[in-house]
Amino acid sequence: MFLKNFLNHFGRYVIMMGNALSRPERVSMYYKETMRQMNDIGIGSLVIVCLIAIFIGAVTAVQFAYQLDGTLVPIYYIGYVVRDMTIIELAPTITCLVLAGKVGSNIAAEIGGMRQKEHIDAMEIMGVNTAAYLIMPKVVAALIVIPMLVALAAFVGIVGGYLAAVPTGIMSGAEYIKGLRSFFDSNNVTMMFVKASVFAYILTTVSAYQGYHVKGGSIELGQASTNAVVFSDILILLADYMIAVLLTG
Amino acid sequence: MIKTENLIKSFGEKEVLKGITTEFHQGKTNLIIGRSGAGKTVLLKLLVGLLEPTGGTVYYGDTDFFSLSRKQKRAIRMDVGMLFQGSALFDSMTVEENVRFPLDMFTTMTQKEKEKRVNYCLERVNLQVPEVNNKFPSETSGGMQKRVGIARAIVLEPRYLFCDEPNSGLDPKTSIVIDDLIRSITQENNITTVINTHDMNSVMGIGDNIILLYQGEIAWRGNKEEVLESKNDHLQNFIFASPFLQKLRDEALR
Repeated sequence: MFLKNFLNHFGRYVIMMGNALSRPERVSMYYKETMRQMNDIGIGSLVIVCLIAIFIGAVTAVQFAYQLDGTLVPIYYIGYVVRDMTIIELAPTITCLVLAGKVGSNIAAEIGGMRQKEHIDAMEIMGVNTAAYLIMPKVVAALIVIPMLVALAAFVGIVGGYLAAVPTGIMSGAEYIKGLRSFFDSNNVTMMFVKASVFAYILTTVSAYQGYHVKGGSIELGQASTNAVVFSDILILLADYMIAVLLTG
Repeated sequence: MIKTENLIKSFGEKEVLKGITTEFHQGKTNLIIGRSGAGKTVLLKLLVGLLEPTGGTVYYGDTDFFSLSRKQKRAIRMDVGMLFQGSALFDSMTVEENVRFPLDMFTTMTQKEKEKRVNYCLERVNLQVPEVNNKFPSETSGGMQKRVGIARAIVLEPRYLFCDEPNSGLDPKTSIVIDDLIRSITQENNITTVINTHDMNSVMGIGDNIILLYQGEIAWRGNKEEVLESKNDHLQNFIFASPFLQKLRDEALR
């Protein structure tokens, strides 16, 4: 039963994405819509992403300092750990989990609302490829903007670590900078962007799928919105593990 | 002309349409009437291709719609306009943007040409241009939304116009205005119009060609002149459902 249900959803998802990634009827309309989505996803999420990132960096610095207390590990390692933790894991994963809640639920509600108010039917009858028009701009916008947000989150997280560690006297600024400059591996940055892109794709397409196939009334729309967040989060965590295994193996 | 041939639609075990064979004529207002649950909306959705039939097919002229590829169907849909029950106007767009949407999506017209066409369509449905252009759907009345819906439906000069319950939620006076508008647009442009309704004013006012659906089958067909004199029980029970209307009918026939 579970397998049948899963295959049914997976099949519909593949068909929807097949339609969504087909040639646009009019590029200028898609371009306009992509710009609107980039603004909504990017500018609309700046504050929350920065707020979360600064605390992630700060908490990592404080907790690692606590764990180092009384050990022989050099104190500048705090900068090194904050840098790698934010770049490899915390910035892409936590940012995208938050965006799944903010952007994903919004996408599911927007598309689901259009389905319920017959907007999608109206477009279909006009001859518009609705899967493409409604989903492709969101995916493209997310693939451009979310890696930028993640990079910003990584930077802000490192600044957060500095603010938590240096002014409070845990370590000096020079030590923190030394830690940041130690053992740098550029592959970690590549991994961050790979994760950000994969997570962006997951959260937009899973949410769009939930909205696009919604049936019924407001309760079902709420359910679709919740499912969008839950399934996106689960798939992001799964993908996180798989990317970690593949890129660190 | 649109033709259906033995059109069947089932949802699971339930057969909602049981072999509908009929024709919808060009230049006429063709009405599909029937009680709630009779299959009117399903028939309309099959006609426009929003649902796939379980059996039978729909012909646009001589073209079998359901044998076409997705791309070919889209080409036919360029000739189709539809007015939805709830108007289905895009909330985030102004009235002008709503009507212009099909032009933006499918034509290579210049901005000036589009503006001219949009204004023509809005004026054609008796809306005040330019006052209405920059309003959002939420800032307009139900009657105005229907008119904007009609303007959007005719902006690409369709050959086929479908209207799903165009009078629902409207007062009787506005309903008549909308009916007259649909009828005059149909005759002016010689298009095939199919209207799904259970509004009696529409039946008696613009019913050039009427089919009555009862439990998924055609129970009666005719036109507005034949309604009064028909002895069909389903039709009489449907049209003259209230004692007041029965009394009016009896007086009219006397």
